[in-house]
Amino acid sequence: MKLYLKIWRQKDAQSKGKMVDYTLDGVEGDMSFLEMLDILNEELVSKGEEPVEFDHDCREGICGTCSLQINGEPHGPDRLITTCQLHMRKFNDGDTIVIEPFRAKAFPVIKDLIVDRSSFDRIQQAGGFISVNTSGNTIDANAIPISKHAADEAMDAAACIGCGACVAACKNASAMLFTSAKVSQFALLPQGRVEAADRVQNMVRQMDLEGFGNCTNTGACEVECPKGISLTNIARMNREYLSASIKG
Amino acid sequence: MAVLDSKIPSGPLADKWTKHKNDINLVNPANKRNIDIIVVGTGLAGGAAAATLAELGYNVKTFCYQDSPRRAHSIAAQGGINASKNYQGDGDSDYRLFYDTIKGGDYRSREANVYRLAEVSGNIIDQCVAQGVPFAREYGGLLDNRSFGGVLVSRTFYAKGQTGQQLLLGAYSAMNRQINRGKIQAFNRHEMLDIVLVDGKARGIIARDLVSGEIQRHAAHAVVLATGGYGNVFFLSTNAMGSNVTAAWKAHKRGAFFANPCFTQIHPTCIPVSGEHQSKLTLMSESLRNDGRIWVPKRKEDAVAIREGKLKPTQLSEEERDYYLERRYPAFGNLVPRDVASRAAKERCDAGFGVNKTGEAVFLDFAAAIHRYGKEKAMTSGIKNPDESTIIKLGEEVIEAKYGNLFQMYEKIVDENPYKTPMMIYPAVHYTMGGLWVDYNLQTTIPGCYCAGEANFSDHGANRLGASALMQGLADGYFVLPYTIGDYLADDIRTGPISTEAEEFEAVEKEVREKLEKLMSGSGIHSVDHYHKKLGKIMWNKCGMARNAKDLEEAIKEIAELRKDFWENVKIPGTMDSKNQELEKAARVADFLELGELFAKDALLRNESCGGHFREEYQTKEGEALRDDENFKFVSAWEYMGEPKDAKLHKEDLVYENIELKTRSYK
Ligand SMILES: Cc1cc2nc3c(=O)[nH]c(=O)nc-3n(C[C@H](O)[C@H](O)[C@H](O)COP(=O)(O)OP(=O)(O)OC[C@H]3O[C@@H](n4cnc5c(N)ncnc54)[C@H](O)[C@@H]3O)c2cc1C
Ligand code: SF4
Ligand code: FES
Repeated sequence: MKLYLKIWRQKDAQSKGKMVDYTLDGVEGDMSFLEMLDILNEELVSKGEEPVEFDHDCREGICGTCSLQINGEPHGPDRLITTCQLHMRKFNDGDTIVIEPFRAKAFPVIKDLIVDRSSFDRIQQAGGFISVNTSGNTIDANAIPISKHAADEAMDAAACIGCGACVAACKNASAMLFTSAKVSQFALLPQGRVEAADRVQNMVRQMDLEGFGNCTNTGACEVECPKGISLTNIARMNREYLSASIKG
Repeated sequence: MAVLDSKIPSGPLADKWTKHKNDINLVNPANKRNIDIIVVGTGLAGGAAAATLAELGYNVKTFCYQDSPRRAHSIAAQGGINASKNYQGDGDSDYRLFYDTIKGGDYRSREANVYRLAEVSGNIIDQCVAQGVPFAREYGGLLDNRSFGGVLVSRTFYAKGQTGQQLLLGAYSAMNRQINRGKIQAFNRHEMLDIVLVDGKARGIIARDLVSGEIQRHAAHAVVLATGGYGNVFFLSTNAMGSNVTAAWKAHKRGAFFANPCFTQIHPTCIPVSGEHQSKLTLMSESLRNDGRIWVPKRKEDAVAIREGKLKPTQLSEEERDYYLERRYPAFGNLVPRDVASRAAKERCDAGFGVNKTGEAVFLDFAAAIHRYGKEKAMTSGIKNPDESTIIKLGEEVIEAKYGNLFQMYEKIVDENPYKTPMMIYPAVHYTMGGLWVDYNLQTTIPGCYCAGEANFSDHGANRLGASALMQGLADGYFVLPYTIGDYLADDIRTGPISTEAEEFEAVEKEVREKLEKLMSGSGIHSVDHYHKKLGKIMWNKCGMARNAKDLEEAIKEIAELRKDFWENVKIPGTMDSKNQELEKAARVADFLELGELFAKDALLRNESCGGHFREEYQTKEGEALRDDENFKFVSAWEYMGEPKDAKLHKEDLVYENIELKTRSYK
């Protein structure tokens, strides 16, 4: 198939960017979206032009490195997948595809389609951990039984890959879904309860400092999240936050 | 000839590690504050090491090429992590895990290292649970286990199909706690391009800031390399796009011996290649072999008809199918080790029984498991005389709960529903057992340069068992290095800060710059990927699942020619001093083009078949691997001498005091 691509090009963080048009022929349905961009880049390099830079690594939907706003949607039109798992069979011959970076104040553009998501790391550094040292003589792993239900629920929250699609999908660029997923994972497990109050306060404080917007419950994040992280995590974080604030 | 000293402690096998820990030097907490350690790599091995060393009080700097430590390729591990907890009461023990690993590795690994690995495996699970890793549990609230290939017990712990992700997020959270305390400084989007030796000791690295393009010097008292495997030398593999050998290779060129480079694992269950545009291969976890049965049609006509789309696999009756693993290996069946399963698939496909367009695929079928689970579920749910469709519906639900994310991944890539029609799979490059040679302390042949995780050669011999890499990475990082590195650093408490002004730093930085400038000056028209794909083809065709002397000799020549072409002609747009992904790739491919040559040389030297290394000249009549313990019971450790093919061989003889060497049999 033949495609008309409109791609955001930006030299670096300081420069102004703009949309540039490319036409690409010979795309097959079996190709992944990123393989389609590989082919475009191969063409650009052979012409001596700078290729389009985009973030990616595992190309199997788990590392959370790939991003891209495709026709206005983070990770493109398909549901419950990342951009690297999107295949060209979702598109038709003659389609125009608009490709932009994730947009948010807390995700500044580095180059072309690459953004800086280190704000997510800093939220985790503020409290996304359980304070145990590596000793080799912590208690036996089976000493505290944990109900299968709680373990499964914690796992569902822990499945977040830190891609940032929730932020890109949100009109307020809120990071509530991401932050609440981590808060929930630990809040659901007995090991995590000990520091739960401090954790939620510290992580929310950092989230606000990074310049993410407020949550107005539009639910756009849940729709676009490639890992199906549920809005119930946001509700849980709000409860945790409230009870932590009351305890002071 | 420098003698390789593996520094294995004396005494009985089971006491060695405890004795060693008691014997080695410690650094007192006040002195640790004056000691800096560089950890390159933030996967399970590097992340765990960085966090633990920082907890102990050292000043740690970490480096990774991704934008966050959490994205290291350990994240992609699906199936699970082994530990000899014996929670299932099925006869597991440290000894059995040790024995399985040595046997699985086809008797090409060190007894003492492997025993230590088994010994600390239980601690890993305790530690991870304490960190909040949400391992799968049974209804009673205790941890669940599954089994993996090559063993007869259930010792694999897992977190859905995302075990690596959860373990890495555990290590990342431990790192975050130390970053928060200021004990770890994380340099993300930074790539190590060389190592710096001062007075023969590793004292720092040269790194490139991948955003600004700035070349930087970083100094420390010791350097840990935990930079993962080099499977991408084949271009197509299950590794991440950025996985590379650069850090290990640069250390090799400065004095670290490279061990067993040809020991590569080709994983049997990956999604087959679909076309020339393919950029990477996707693994379908080995755990699927717990429930999936592997087969091809018995009759060649049927295979041809399936290939041409005239026949559906579901139309073939049981009698018309060849469950070739169950046929050849009745004791282990579909759960034979990876090397055995991969070769068996290749054998069937080479004989003309492959089932996809390219003829390079076999079926992995869940119909029987869906049926079995469905019946069981109907029974436990109190449904009497369930009809066929109820059984299948219930069975599919069970399978979905176990492997849902893998099935979804498959469907997205292949566009077929694996609940309704068998998956198609084929072997793909997955893991590299070879790596930098290290002694018992995980120190390379460069003093002060340590190597952990997949990047070293240490524990898996010629073949790695499933769920053992995560175990090794975390064992190295959490429980081994933090002790052994202290022994070395005890001599450094009076050294004071290492200066980056030393002439050694200046010299290495200059070399790095000149290399990059040379790459930027290529005058041809081909991109980096063009060369990488060509290298991959040579490797796959001549150094892949089956090797022979003639092919290997050709490979050595062809790689050298390709390397020359690459250095003269590769086309890289943009500049050196800005973000430039083509340049990043080029620097990695440049090193693969050297490693590939050594790889072939190593495979050529090893006139035997063992584990993942199969030399066509050395096989039994039934096509099983023919090992030669008399002549090849050694680790080949290569010393760099100028050109990869001129590398000098050092042999570490493997001594088996506790295990009797046997022909590996899974029949
Ligand atoms: C798809 C897949 C599934 C797997 N499943 C399992 C499983 O179920 N069980 C199991 O036991 N094993 C499994 N394995 C194997 C296992 O995941 C790996 O062997 C292991 O995670 C490697 O960990 P590591 O810490 O050594 O390296 P990695 O996790 O690969 O980390 C390498 C680190 O080094 C950094 N790095 C590399 N080069 C440089 C450089 N030049 N400069 C700076 N930084 C650099 C990277 O940024 C990264 O942080 C699987 C592997 C794959 C690919
Ligand atoms: S919550 Fe979902 S969309 Fe947001 S970072 Fe996590 S995985 Fe991505
Ligand atoms: S590249 Fe890893 S999730 Fe897409």
